[in-house]
Amino acid sequence: MSRLKATRTAICTLALLLTGSALSSAGAAGTLTIATVNNGDMIVMRQLSQEFEKAHPDIHLNWVTLEENVLRQRVTTDIAMKTGQFDVVTIGNYEVPIWAKQGWLTEIKPDAAYDVNDILPSVRDSLTADGKLYALPFYAESVMTYYRKDLFQKAGLTMPDTPTYNQIRQFADKITDKGNQVYGICLRGKPGWGENMAYISSLANTFGAQWFDMSWKPTMTSDAWKATLNWYVSALKADGPPGATSNGFNENLALFASGHCGIWIDSTVAGGLLFDPKQSQVADKVGFAPSPKGPYGKGPTWLWSWSLAVPVSSHQSADAQTFITWATSKDYVKLVAAQKGWVAVPAGTRASTYAAPEYVKAAPFASFVLNAIKTADPNGPTAQPRPYTGAQFVGIPEFQAIGTQVGQTVAATLSDQMTVDQALTSAQASITRALRQSGRAR
Amino acid sequence: MALKTKTSTRIGVTVLGWGIALWLFFPIFWMILTSFKSEVQAISTPPKLFFMPTLSSYGEVFERASYWHFALNTVIVSVGATAIAIALAVPAAYSMAFLPSKRTRGTLLWMLSTRMLPPVGVLVPIYLLARNTHLLDTCTGLAIVDMLTNLPIIVWMLYTFFREVPAPILEAGRMDGATRWQEMTMVLLPLALPGIASTALLSLILCWNEAFWSLNLTSSHAAPLTAFIASFSSPEGLFFGKLSAASTLAVAPILVFGWISQKQLVRGLTFGAVK
Repeated sequence: MSRLKATRTAICTLALLLTGSALSSAGAAGTLTIATVNNGDMIVMRQLSQEFEKAHPDIHLNWVTLEENVLRQRVTTDIAMKTGQFDVVTIGNYEVPIWAKQGWLTEIKPDAAYDVNDILPSVRDSLTADGKLYALPFYAESVMTYYRKDLFQKAGLTMPDTPTYNQIRQFADKITDKGNQVYGICLRGKPGWGENMAYISSLANTFGAQWFDMSWKPTMTSDAWKATLNWYVSALKADGPPGATSNGFNENLALFASGHCGIWIDSTVAGGLLFDPKQSQVADKVGFAPSPKGPYGKGPTWLWSWSLAVPVSSHQSADAQTFITWATSKDYVKLVAAQKGWVAVPAGTRASTYAAPEYVKAAPFASFVLNAIKTADPNGPTAQPRPYTGAQFVGIPEFQAIGTQVGQTVAATLSDQMTVDQALTSAQASITRALRQSGRAR
Repeated sequence: MALKTKTSTRIGVTVLGWGIALWLFFPIFWMILTSFKSEVQAISTPPKLFFMPTLSSYGEVFERASYWHFALNTVIVSVGATAIAIALAVPAAYSMAFLPSKRTRGTLLWMLSTRMLPPVGVLVPIYLLARNTHLLDTCTGLAIVDMLTNLPIIVWMLYTFFREVPAPILEAGRMDGATRWQEMTMVLLPLALPGIASTALLSLILCWNEAFWSLNLTSSHAAPLTAFIASFSSPEGLFFGKLSAASTLAVAPILVFGWISQKQLVRGLTFGAVK
């Protein structure tokens, strides 16, 4: 009898818990659900958001931290199916114009106190579609060159103010010391549209290559693409670390931070991490230079911003806009500086941040980052006219799939499964097929 | 001579057994070890086996996320899904084992075939169903999906265990006037208890580790430990120490539970293997 009672109690408790959980999901009014990624700046935002809740007692914040690709998938599903689970979403400048054109994002209209003109123009423009602002930048990044000053000094080398890719290759050859696990150059090799193809697209631009011609025909078999991939593959094979196809941003950051890379060309966001002695063993030996130039020299340049947007499916659009305005404001920058130090403030978004002498003093790489982002032009001209925008990506929805597929083909050249010519021919065929399937090209 | 050969074979098998066990356990060991390293130590090349341990990763994990919230959701979903699945699977397996029809075999194979479908293939319809029934981001919704995912394998296992119970024992019960319900609850279930317990344990472990539906159907209220782990992966910045700490915290309860119940698990899985 007592066993029966215990079983009944257990079943009732379970039923109550499950029912309770079903009811709790409805979410209280005034609760904003924010979908974000686990980057350092976002973690700081989450920690400091208590200040926002204190100032806005009617608004409670509910955080959902997801892995980057899961976040994209969840947010896309949520918006497309009009579920309204998220009130604020963290997305990049790749998604903003595409989603805005789909009618998925709410137009943002900050008040005068927000000083929207303080946001760096290149960043602001990348979040604008048809003259309307659809997201506010939380932090932004471009590309720059990191190098080991001690290794350069030892080899009698000097990094020029505007290095070229030919020079970079020569420097890498000289400082490579594989016996001591010091590799002249580290570059992204992990396949993915946001991993190796972000760097390779940027490299291709300065070599005079581009993804498509004006009739959306891929141009992967062009001489410029061959030159791009030949440089990339030969540099990594001669002077790169072993297993380069496994190395994305984080892996290269780890290699450089632990003293295994001589030169690394990647996102400006790494500056703060490499300069932090808690995370980097080479904090006092890091040198900075602009992104190298290739034979074409010009071309669109890398620009990425993690931004906060409000999906149209949100039922609390006004509160959501209040929050994103707070999180990207000048006052928020000051709050981070006061609580976490100037080196921790979100970089690359506001001119006023770079005008603060405390920030310039705390972050010696600040001028390089500012210059890289100020001059970043994802809409810049390629060697031939092009029908798309974007520097390290192509601003069309198909690019995530295309980029990842081509990224895998490029990775195959590093592991000697394919030659450069074979890879480019294969990429040409797969892109043509993908664009035909999507109806963009005939 | 024969004794010598026997001893050396035994030693060889023991060494091989330990070798395989250590090889299988190594990733878990390395994860636990990494969770006690600083982020710089976690990514050092060559990897460090000896180092000054730190609890900093655990500290950050507890600071950033509410572990107990995720753990409670996991317990509710796993126990709930397992309880419902067992309640549905016992009568199903009973009828298939003791009252088979010409379609029983086909039905069993069809049930199992649903496990062969990649989950993403039914993501959109299940997501829409969950949305329309207001079960998105609820433990109930996730428990139902987990239960349905594991139901085929549970029915199969129980069917196999029930088939091992000699039919004359049930007949004897019937002769004594037991109804179908009494026959099932008072004769069959006590006899097949080790099998049912091991099936429930397996279901619990599968639900605990389930990630695809957890990540797609929950966001904050009902997010279980798999979502907790995923939230520590970062596209920019070092995270291996924190990710290892989060993973260790997530697997620890089920690991301990599995350790304690391993006798029952093995007894259940080998139930009826030797007559």
